[in-house]
Amino acid sequence: MINIWSLKKANANVAQKKPKVSAAQIRVQKDLSELELPKTMKTHFPVAEDLLNFELEISPDEGFYAGGTFKFSFAVNGNYPHEPPKVKCQQKIYHPNIDNDGNICLNILREDWKPVLTLNSVMVGLQYLLLEPNADDPLNKSAAEDLRSNRKNFEINVRRSLGGGSVSGFQYDNVLTKK
Amino acid sequence: MLTEENIDAKRWDGIYKLLDRSSLIHPDFQPIEEIKDFVKEAKILVIGAGGLGCEILKNLALSGFRDIHVIDMDTIDISNLNRQFLFRRADVGKSKAETAATFVNRRVQGVNVTPHFCKIQDKDEDFYSEFALIICGLDSIEARRWINATLVGMADPESPDTMKPLIDGGTEGFKGQARVILPRMTSCYECSMDMLSKPTGFPLCTIANTPRLPEHCIEWASVLEWPKVHGDRKADTDDPKDIQWLYETALARAKEFNIQGVTYSLTQGVVKNIIPAIASTNAIIAASCCNEALKIATTSAKYLDNYMMYTGNDSVYTYTFQHQRKDDCPVCGQSALKLEFRGDKTLEDFIEYLKEKPDAQLKKPSVAIGGKPLYMPAPKQLEEALRPNLEKTLKELLSSGDEITITDTTLPFSLQIVLTLV
Repeated sequence: MINIWSLKKANANVAQKKPKVSAAQIRVQKDLSELELPKTMKTHFPVAEDLLNFELEISPDEGFYAGGTFKFSFAVNGNYPHEPPKVKCQQKIYHPNIDNDGNICLNILREDWKPVLTLNSVMVGLQYLLLEPNADDPLNKSAAEDLRSNRKNFEINVRRSLGGGSVSGFQYDNVLTKK
Repeated sequence: MLTEENIDAKRWDGIYKLLDRSSLIHPDFQPIEEIKDFVKEAKILVIGAGGLGCEILKNLALSGFRDIHVIDMDTIDISNLNRQFLFRRADVGKSKAETAATFVNRRVQGVNVTPHFCKIQDKDEDFYSEFALIICGLDSIEARRWINATLVGMADPESPDTMKPLIDGGTEGFKGQARVILPRMTSCYECSMDMLSKPTGFPLCTIANTPRLPEHCIEWASVLEWPKVHGDRKADTDDPKDIQWLYETALARAKEFNIQGVTYSLTQGVVKNIIPAIASTNAIIAASCCNEALKIATTSAKYLDNYMMYTGNDSVYTYTFQHQRKDDCPVCGQSALKLEFRGDKTLEDFIEYLKEKPDAQLKKPSVAIGGKPLYMPAPKQLEEALRPNLEKTLKELLSSGDEITITDTTLPFSLQIVLTLV
């Protein structure tokens, strides 16, 4: 195989690009401007000039969590897309993969994140988590146990928690969609 | 007697003889065994398993390359069979990459073709960095821009292994080109975007008032009549019902103006912007690409520097030249693109201008300045918040000399533009 770098060492004016805007900002601009969100998802930008910090509202139309509106905060740092965005649930909700501090257990937000993934992939992932809570990967262990042992009971607990009721002595936020 | 086995052993004799005869070839060439081993072992990636891809895979396999990968997201259509010779009627509907790989592996023993039935965008830099060189036989500008930008982005002058030569073939009817792109060293695909012919279109006034050609009638049906009748729903160019409607509407128009030649297949061709593919043009271009691959892999002869055009539609003419790098190339250049625009024009005017600029070819651009958005086509809430900016003049929104960032679905990277207001 030819060694091209050495061939051209003589006129070694190899281009190195230095953009002034950070790569993260550009990538977020691109990700956001290409979002195609279903009706069940809405974004909210507290400051329209700041693309790196925003909220996502998901109102699932089916599954255990239909009828609720769930708010997630997105914070994108300067290492994006080499690091995933930091996403937290803004409300206290009863969900096997979301703990009471709003931390989320979603593979693509941690171990399976890849730079080819986009903000759209994360949003779709979050919606999926609300449609299909996963008892095998728990952050809220008692919710996961409820889901595993008795789906009917789990469903009743979810209903109660969505309205602001308590489950296992912990009170959840009322997240029912406002009409 | 020739047994099956020694036929296989002799398959690449010709290539090895070439590599043994140093007198015939490049002065820097050393006829050492390592070169033969390199050809045997080098991982080569073929992007696209269509008209060019079938030819490229066949040529590589018969040139002594053994470890070949092929990536294509498409499935086989019946209309491919006239030239994509690795496919048979029974393969219609199957993955092009998988079918082509199976065919070559069966036909040329000793070669291992690995298929990837997915989009090139589904693979990351780790994947692309495994290959010694990459050959593209694509029919899409968007995919070429993506792989070009990805390979240029990967190339790091500090580590030679990161530089992946890209050999790009393309055909259009009787015309074609083959080029060698050495990321960050030679001009890249993006440097030559202004060589593309403008997306074909007819002046709207001709379509609306004075049609002369059958194509004018078809454009009238699809551009002007379709939205009147169907509202926001776009014509699905893969749906025979929609094509039928366009065909009948165009035919009625043609009758009115006494124009001959509107047919169903012409309608399909015009709305899908189909240029007939010609098998022999693919063969010529693929052959040229594969010769370059062999030369680069073995250093046995001087490689193409860097652009060969083949014109077969006006007698036969080939021209090879060194396409120059663009200093303000948005992918490999060192300086931002400079543009002048009138400050009293609105942001909307500017966006329309970007969409029509042939070397940009944007669809739904977003515009930001220093990380702050001026306009975003999505998501909905942000678009609504920023929409008032469209009416504002550039003077109100920015200062002359500001550097703006444009992104678009068609761009795998961003455009940095230094905008001078005049």
